[in-house]
Amino acid sequence: MSTLKRVQVVENILSANDRLAAQNRTLLDAAGVFSLNFMASPGAGKTSLIEATVRALAGHLRLAVIDGDIATSLDADRAAAAGAVALQINTGGDCHLDAVMLGQALPQLDLAKVDLLIVENVGNLVCPASFQLGTHKSVLIASIPEGDDKPYKYPGMYRGVDALVINKIDLLPYVPFRMDYFRQGVEILNPGLTTFPLSCRTGEGLDAWLDWISSLPVQPSH
Amino acid sequence: MHELSVTQSILEIALRHARQAGASRVSSLHLVVGQLASIVDDSVQFYWDIVAQGTPAQGASLHFRRIPAEFECRDCSTHFPLDGETFACPACGSLKLKITAGEEFYLESIEVDI
Repeated sequence: MSTLKRVQVVENILSANDRLAAQNRTLLDAAGVFSLNFMASPGAGKTSLIEATVRALAGHLRLAVIDGDIATSLDADRAAAAGAVALQINTGGDCHLDAVMLGQALPQLDLAKVDLLIVENVGNLVCPASFQLGTHKSVLIASIPEGDDKPYKYPGMYRGVDALVINKIDLLPYVPFRMDYFRQGVEILNPGLTTFPLSCRTGEGLDAWLDWISSLPVQPSH
Repeated sequence: MHELSVTQSILEIALRHARQAGASRVSSLHLVVGQLASIVDDSVQFYWDIVAQGTPAQGASLHFRRIPAEFECRDCSTHFPLDGETFACPACGSLKLKITAGEEFYLESIEVDI
């Protein structure tokens, strides 16, 4: 005779990913690598910000970039041209990087020769927010042409990040973008979020961003 | 969308708990999904029928309990749902809010044959 029984579970569905993310963090910490996860919609300027950051810091820090994309190595090529060690992960259609993909990529880098690792997530404002990678800080790159309603439409993404870059501020005179409305949404979802309005194209505002990177516990070891 | 990998995780967790309970079959799963969790029930259901095939959870029914996103006003403690295109407390107009519900995504319980 079989009997029906209810079993209490209460287990987070993404707990397996979270455990692997913790392993990635341990690996990075052991190697003395500080890491950032860049997330944004396609075209917001993730790769442009990486180029600008790498160019400015390449003399002081040893930088590595892991690029997640559905296809091509265009972004990794740009990061490498700017002066970083670059590695491309093609997700083959997956809409986000997860801890497994990063865990498989990390051994391909010589972490002993890296001070700062930037992981460029797949361009998407939904899925990357749900998957911890094990990186130390998450950075969201918004951009003026995307519109000022994005915090309201993608609250999950704005909730979970440690810093916000507002790119393409050179386009503010040409695009209807209510900065107050945008910032109000951000403030509600993520009070006191560190925010950097800047333009990768003109260089305006980049200094404050670079100062923030310098304030992170990144240890140059050469 | 990433519901395939998510559905595989759901299966893995359910089968592990069923094994621990000494069960031969899983007949239903009860999931709790917050509005902010970016998960589409229909897609999970679609993948479920595929990934559960040939396992002790084949044919098990999925039950979703949806949790609406909810804010609490930090000024007047009013609780209210997330809707519309601005966020402001409907009682006092304050913009000092915190999210108190809607981010859940977990397997609450399973029903098994022992």
